[in-house]
Amino acid sequence: MDKLPMKENALSLPEKEYLLPGNRSCAGCGLSLAYRYILKALEGRAVITVTASCLTVLQGMYPLASVNVPSINTPFASVAAGASGLVAGLRSLGRDDLTVVGFAGDGGTSDIGIQSLSGAAARQTDFLYICYDNEGYMNTGTQHSSSTPFGAITTTTPIKGKRYFPKDMPKIMEAHNLPYIFTASSSFPIDLYQKVSKCRNIRGTKYGHVHIPCPPGWSFPTSKAVKIGKLAVETGMVVLYEIENGVLRLTSRSKQLAKNGNLKLLDEYISHQIRFAKLTGSDKQRIQDWINQRWQQYLARDIS
Amino acid sequence: MMQKIKSNKDIQIINGNQAAALAVKLCRVQVISAYPVTPQSPLSEALSRFVESGEMTTEYIAVESEHSALTVLNAASLVGARTFTATGSHGLAYMHELLHWTSGARLPVVMACVNRAIGAPWCIPSDEQDSVSQRDTGWVQIYTRNNQEILDTIIQAYKVAESMYVPVMVCFDGFVLSHTNMPVEIPRQADVDGFLPHYKPHTIIDPATPRIYNSVTLPDPRFEIPDIPHRGYMELRQLLHEALENAKQKIEDVDKEFAQVFGRSYGGMVWEYCLDDAEIALVTMGSLSMEATVAVDNLRAQGYKVGMLSVRVFRPFPRKEVIKLLKKVNLAVVFEKNISYGYEGAVCSELKASLYDSDAKARVFGCIVGLGGRDVKARELQGVIKKAASVKRYKRTQEDGPQWISYL
Repeated sequence: MDKLPMKENALSLPEKEYLLPGNRSCAGCGLSLAYRYILKALEGRAVITVTASCLTVLQGMYPLASVNVPSINTPFASVAAGASGLVAGLRSLGRDDLTVVGFAGDGGTSDIGIQSLSGAAARQTDFLYICYDNEGYMNTGTQHSSSTPFGAITTTTPIKGKRYFPKDMPKIMEAHNLPYIFTASSSFPIDLYQKVSKCRNIRGTKYGHVHIPCPPGWSFPTSKAVKIGKLAVETGMVVLYEIENGVLRLTSRSKQLAKNGNLKLLDEYISHQIRFAKLTGSDKQRIQDWINQRWQQYLARDIS
Repeated sequence: MMQKIKSNKDIQIINGNQAAALAVKLCRVQVISAYPVTPQSPLSEALSRFVESGEMTTEYIAVESEHSALTVLNAASLVGARTFTATGSHGLAYMHELLHWTSGARLPVVMACVNRAIGAPWCIPSDEQDSVSQRDTGWVQIYTRNNQEILDTIIQAYKVAESMYVPVMVCFDGFVLSHTNMPVEIPRQADVDGFLPHYKPHTIIDPATPRIYNSVTLPDPRFEIPDIPHRGYMELRQLLHEALENAKQKIEDVDKEFAQVFGRSYGGMVWEYCLDDAEIALVTMGSLSMEATVAVDNLRAQGYKVGMLSVRVFRPFPRKEVIKLLKKVNLAVVFEKNISYGYEGAVCSELKASLYDSDAKARVFGCIVGLGGRDVKARELQGVIKKAASVKRYKRTQEDGPQWISYL
C-alpha cells in the first residue's frame, strides 16, 4: 500500500509562492521548478542553507533575493555542517519553529560535501538534506562529477566521455540508517511535494535526491526540460522511490512502470541530449545493462 | 608546618586547556563544536564532560573535521548563539577557508588556538607558525602568556567580539601552557555574568522577515537599489578592516574594565617589562615572553639596560603602542616562533613596518627561535642580547635576514 497522501494535485497545492519570479536560473532549469515545489511543501517554515552551486545563483545577488525564506550560504564542502549549526543554534535558543534544510548540488554532495553530509547523518541531525542532481558541476561550466552518467561528454571529459558509472548517493545514505530517504524528479513535482511534506513530520536526518534536467549542461532545447526529466524516469535511468525505515517503495511513475513492466528503451532518453552523442553501441549496451540490473534490484525490494 | 592561606578566592592548580574550558563554561557558551587535535584534545574533552554532566547547558556538536566545526559555529552564530571552538596546527590550517567566512560574515566566534608546529614533517610540540599563517583572515589574534591570562582573555574575547562583530582567536602555546599546571584564580560566575552581557546578534533568522546571508555580492555598490544597504564587496571588506582597527580601543577598554571587576589586567594590546630606561628591547609573543622576563632580570643584574615588549595582540597590530614604547630604545631584538619563509619572522616585519618613518629610530633585528617546540632558554636570549650590545654599531644588516638560534 502506498502510504503517501494522495490528495494533492497541481491545483490543490498551497497558492503562496516562496520562490519569486525573476530569478537568475537558466531558461528551462529543472531546479527552479523543483525548488518551487520544495518551498511550497515547507510552507515557508524553514531555514535553508545552501552550498556553492546553481542555487546560490538562483537565490539572487546582494542585496536582493528571489526567495522569501531565510537562507544562508556556506562554503562548498560544508552544507550539512552548516545545517548542523543551524539546528544547534536554534535548539540552544529554544526555537523549534523551523525545519532546517540543506541544499547542495551533486558535486557538493557526492564529491566535496560527502564528509560533512556523512557526519551530520551519522549524528542523526534533525534536518532535511536535498541533493539536486543535475549530473555535473553545471554552475562552474559543466565539469563532470561523481554523479555524471557513464559516457556523458562534459568539459572535463571532453573527448571520450565519462568512463565510469555514477555513485549511488541514496544507497550510501542508506548505510547511515536514516529514517527517510527519497528520490524525486523536477518533472514529477507532486511526488516531490508529497515526499518533502512527509519529511516535516519525521525526526532525524532525511535525505532527498532530486533529478534536475539541465538544458545548457546536457545540451538539449530548453522547451524539453520536463520531457527529458520524464524520459529519465521512464527509461529507468532515474527511479522514483522512498525508503522509510529501511523499507523501499517505488512511487509515482516508477511504481506504474513496475506494475506494467514497460520501461522505455534507453535511446529515447539519450537521443535528445548532445552530451551522449559520442556513445558507441557497446557504451549504450553497458548503460542499458546498468539500468536493467538496478531496476531488478528495486523491483526485488519494492513493497508498494 | 605550612600555614593554610585563608582566602575566599577560588584558586585551582590547572593547565592551560583546563583554564580555557573553565572560561568557556563561565561565559555560558551556547554552541560548541570541535574536532580533536593534539594538544587541544584535553580542552574539548573537558568541555564534553561539562556538557554531558549537565554543568553546562550547551549544544556540543562533535564533528567530523575542523572545517565542519567552524561551519557549525558560523551557522549557529548567525542564528544568534554564543559559540566556541578550539583547534591548532593542522586543524587550524584545515579551517582556513572558514576563517574568512567567519570574519567576512562579521560573526563573533571565539576560538582557542592551542599553538603547535605544522607538518611536514609531523611535529607535535609548540610554535606559532599555525596561527601566524592565518594572520590575514580577519580574526583578532591575542597571544597569552600564562594560564590565568588564557582564562581571563577568553572572557575578554567574547566582550570584544560581540561588541565589534569580529571573531577572536585566543592563542596559547601547546604543552608549555596547555599541559602545564599553574595556579589560576577562577572568577565567580556572578561576576562574569555581570561583566559579559547576552549576545545581541546583528542577524535575523525568521520567516516573517526572511533574509539571505552571504549571497553573491558584486564588486561595486548597487546604487540602483537605494532603499536597503547595497554595498559592494570592496566596501564590506573595508568595513571589516575598520572593525579590526577599531577593536584596538575596545581591547584596551575591555582590559581596563576587566581589571576593575576582577583585579587583573594584561596591558591591552601589549605588555611591557622594564622598558622605561631600556636601551635594548627584547620583543616576543606568547609564553616566550615569560622566559624573556627572566632574561631581562638576569641581564639587568649584569648591568645591561634591557626591557621587554610582548605583542599581546598580533592582529590588529599595535602600531601606536610599539612606536611609543620603543621610542627611547636603540635596538629591538625580536625573538619569535614563526618564520615567513624567504623573508623573516612575521613580528619582525610588522615591527619594522610600524617603526618606519616614525619617531622611534630603533634598529630592529630578528631571531627565529623555538620552532617545533625547541626549548628556548633565557641564557640563549641573553647571549644574543650581549653580543648585540658588545658592538657599537651592530653589524647585521637588513640583507642578512633573521638569525636562527639553531645548530645548523
